Amino acid sequence: MPAENASTPGTGPVAVSAGSPLLRVDDLHTSFHVPAGEVRAVRGVSLTLDRGRTLGIVGESGSGKTVLARSIMRLNIGGNVSTSGNVEFEGRDLLDLPLKAMKNLWGTELAMVFQDPMTSLNPVVRVGRQLTEHVRSNLGASRGEARQTAIDLLREVRIPDAEARLRAFPHELSGGMRQRICIAIALACEPALLFADEPTTALDVTVQHQILNLLGREQRERQMAMILVTHDLGVVAGRTDDTIVMYAGKVVEQAPTRVLFTEMRHPYSEALLRSIPRIGQRSHTRLSAITGRPPDPIDIPPGCPFNPRCPYVQQKCREEPPPLVAVGDGAGGASHLAACWYPVGTDAGRDAFARNLADRLPQTVVVAEGSEFAESAAANAAAEATAANGSSEGGGA
Amino acid sequence: MRLVATLLLVTFVTFMATSLLPGDPVNALIPIEAQQDREFVEQVREEWGFNDPLLVRYGRWLGDAVRGDLGDSYVTGRPIIDEITPRLPVTGELMVVTVLLGILIGVPLGLVSGYREGSRADKVVSAVAQFGLSIPNFVLGLVLIYVFAIKLRWLPATGWTRISDSVTGNLKSVAMPAIALAVAEVAVYLRVLRSDIIGTLKEDYILSARAKGLKDRFILFRHALRPSSLTLTTLIGLNIAGLITGTIVIEQLFAIPGLGRRLFSAVFQRDYMMVQGLTVLLAAAYVIINATVDFIYIAIDPRIRRRA
Amino acid sequence: MAGPTELRSLQEDGQASVPTAVGSFRVRVGRSLWNAFREMSWPTKACASWLVLIVTAAIFADWIPGLQDPNYQGFLFGKGKTLDPPSMEHWLGTDNVSRDILARVVHGARTSLIFAGGVLLCGLVVGGLLGSAAGFLRGRFEAVVMFYVDVSLAFPALVFFLFAITMLNTRGLGIMTVAVAILIVAPYTRIARANSLSVSNREFVTAARAIGTSRPRILVREIIPNVYPTLVAYSLIVAAVLVILEATLSFLGIGVPIPRASWGGDINMARRDIAINVWPMIPPILALVATILSVNVVSDWLRSNAASRSSAL
Repeated sequence: MPAENASTPGTGPVAVSAGSPLLRVDDLHTSFHVPAGEVRAVRGVSLTLDRGRTLGIVGESGSGKTVLARSIMRLNIGGNVSTSGNVEFEGRDLLDLPLKAMKNLWGTELAMVFQDPMTSLNPVVRVGRQLTEHVRSNLGASRGEARQTAIDLLREVRIPDAEARLRAFPHELSGGMRQRICIAIALACEPALLFADEPTTALDVTVQHQILNLLGREQRERQMAMILVTHDLGVVAGRTDDTIVMYAGKVVEQAPTRVLFTEMRHPYSEALLRSIPRIGQRSHTRLSAITGRPPDPIDIPPGCPFNPRCPYVQQKCREEPPPLVAVGDGAGGASHLAACWYPVGTDAGRDAFARNLADRLPQTVVVAEGSEFAESAAANAAAEATAANGSSEGGGA
Repeated sequence: MRLVATLLLVTFVTFMATSLLPGDPVNALIPIEAQQDREFVEQVREEWGFNDPLLVRYGRWLGDAVRGDLGDSYVTGRPIIDEITPRLPVTGELMVVTVLLGILIGVPLGLVSGYREGSRADKVVSAVAQFGLSIPNFVLGLVLIYVFAIKLRWLPATGWTRISDSVTGNLKSVAMPAIALAVAEVAVYLRVLRSDIIGTLKEDYILSARAKGLKDRFILFRHALRPSSLTLTTLIGLNIAGLITGTIVIEQLFAIPGLGRRLFSAVFQRDYMMVQGLTVLLAAAYVIINATVDFIYIAIDPRIRRRA
Repeated sequence: MAGPTELRSLQEDGQASVPTAVGSFRVRVGRSLWNAFREMSWPTKACASWLVLIVTAAIFADWIPGLQDPNYQGFLFGKGKTLDPPSMEHWLGTDNVSRDILARVVHGARTSLIFAGGVLLCGLVVGGLLGSAAGFLRGRFEAVVMFYVDVSLAFPALVFFLFAITMLNTRGLGIMTVAVAILIVAPYTRIARANSLSVSNREFVTAARAIGTSRPRILVREIIPNVYPTLVAYSLIVAAVLVILEATLSFLGIGVPIPRASWGGDINMARRDIAINVWPMIPPILALVATILSVNVVSDWLRSNAASRSSAL
């Protein structure tokens, strides 16, 4: 067990051997117990994060990504939540700590930026106070020191006229400025790990870019670890070192980000990628939304959770949940994992797609007849099928 | 301003209603023997301006009223304002003490109750509040009198000692009446604050505050309480009407020489001028207090202030 | 999309609750009240039972076998004793002029019921109609109505009441009911108007207009049935206030005149002899508090029940 030298267990500096990850999550399960049943929001997620590295967690609404982030930080406050598994942060098991000890970590070691800056700031308290109160209580700073810290932070996040802004109320500022302030608040006590939960979803598109750049810059300059939670694959591209794709409470694919984009393996990841609208597309190009809806978290069907919507689905997918295994060849190697019986870009996957297309399975047809991306994929499938069988199949655009 | 308009309207309606009463008010001014003499009665009427149109009379009354002259009581013959002045601080003290008690007890209880929603403490407090709301203030007053004045003999059942005479005596006089009134206030403030706090604690910014590492008590007092203070202010204003009514009852029960009791005796004595004067005063006070509350609300809430 | 006829049949069916601005109130008519009763927690059950008991007793007071005359002063005829403790003959004892207390409590319930019922009825009918019409018809009519409401609300009730009875120089249950009824129209009108405003903007009203339904018909068939559930829920809260008001007024001597049985009046009378014998004021106090408490508890239950039903929509 790590050496403790503070009076309250779990709060003192901990001896962490160099090379061990900052955060290690092992088989995390989080459930909410509601009258209707047990909502299993996170079903066995594992991940690691080293100091100064960034991780993206991508998924639809309801995939469990927000619950995952909050579970790690233990912000899921409520009588009906149960969390199990292992969360090791700086050598300490967070799930074992009493809430009192967690409070000592919040703000100082762990911080979170929330989705909606309008509701995350207290509307009747001045911005300056919201920036300084935790600096004073967590770090013991005096009022003057805290005020100076606040001004410095505001300048760092590029808010003009910082001193005057201290006396402003949240509603007097634009959405982008509010989110910058939320980021400043999160950074104030210099945490080792920052969670950003959909930090740009509530903002204008033009502002989103600025905020993400700000986050990236802060992360690099402070050598801070960051977990970026989002539903938009485009957000993590080029901004995170590694990415996890979540669906229905499970990790379906994880890889270094660049590998993920170049060698995507899971049909859901592919579907997410396909659904990003592109500037270059012709006008009136139909948006490729993923057909269907995520499963009801109270009543999850057996097998792979994505199977009702998957264009590559086969009978096995409906019966047995696929394990998360290494699927990388080439650059990915052992760090690229996916949970799929018929991964994209493999022979098994291509066969599955072709078979479904021949059977006119709706979600496969939609994909095949959709964007040119799918067209080429389908064309490849058709061509290969032809080559393999020596006669033309019913598939193809 | 709307306030002035409402005030004018209220006073005018009161004035008009008084002038509609049966029986000739002139009769109160002249001795019985002279009332048979038609000519004399008419003459008095002319002199006193009773024959002038309603609006003129109202205007005259209003002009007098703003200068502090509300006319004379028909029964006692003394200026009404003289009856009001000594009684105003008594009723005022009673109301202020009641509201203070309500806030000092109701707000903390409401906070705790809301913060620990669903706990046993919360359930007990809520049940007690429910009970407190269901007991009429005079019943409570009677019970208090029976226990503390008759059986225990700690406090006086009736009467009032002014502060100028004796502070402890004054406190003893105001204790039971204020408690009788305050229980209902406490119950109302408690309930409203509790539900307000429960709602506020669900807001995102409370989660943000927690994620910053702030202590729970700090969050409760410095973040959660603020929006609720707006509700509280409005609530106090809304409750004033009930408080005025309650004061009348309690003053009667405890024989407190305040405005309420004077209004009461004026009613029984059919002292129309007095009733009119007091009604106008109480109604005006009600309107003014409500307007003040609105004003304070605007001043406190930064969101509204910006638009105002 | 439910048009006016479909919505009506849904209402008659009792199988759906029509959402109103403040949430649906209408309990499923299909289910019996008994089922609802069984679902209550035991304190709520007790309160509901008390209410049923007291209302029944109040209505049928004259026909309850064995109940004595509340005004019969036996001691004048050498037959009874004053301030008698409970006995076989007088289950709750006698008051200071040897009237049977139990009888007076029961008849006092009747007084409260008449007062509260009368005022509520007036508020519901007059206030509800005025407010619904004001919210639907808008314009001049609405302006006038709301003006009356604002002026009305500017007066604290008791002050107005004192004023009224002085000027009119009468006492009694009748004048009391009428005076308060006049005042109670204002809050009802305000609530009805607010609800009517939002209901009037709903699509099924526009649809009804589009097929040529006349305005009065729309008011009666579409607007009012949707506004009333909220008013009925409000009435329960008002009922508690009215019971307290009647007791207060009678206690002060300006409500129901002495011979008539009234909880407040009886408490006032018993007050004189409080030092000698405190018992006579206790039954009316208990009855009063029990009734108010029961009304509050039941109306809370209805409100939380309605909230869960409307959220199921």
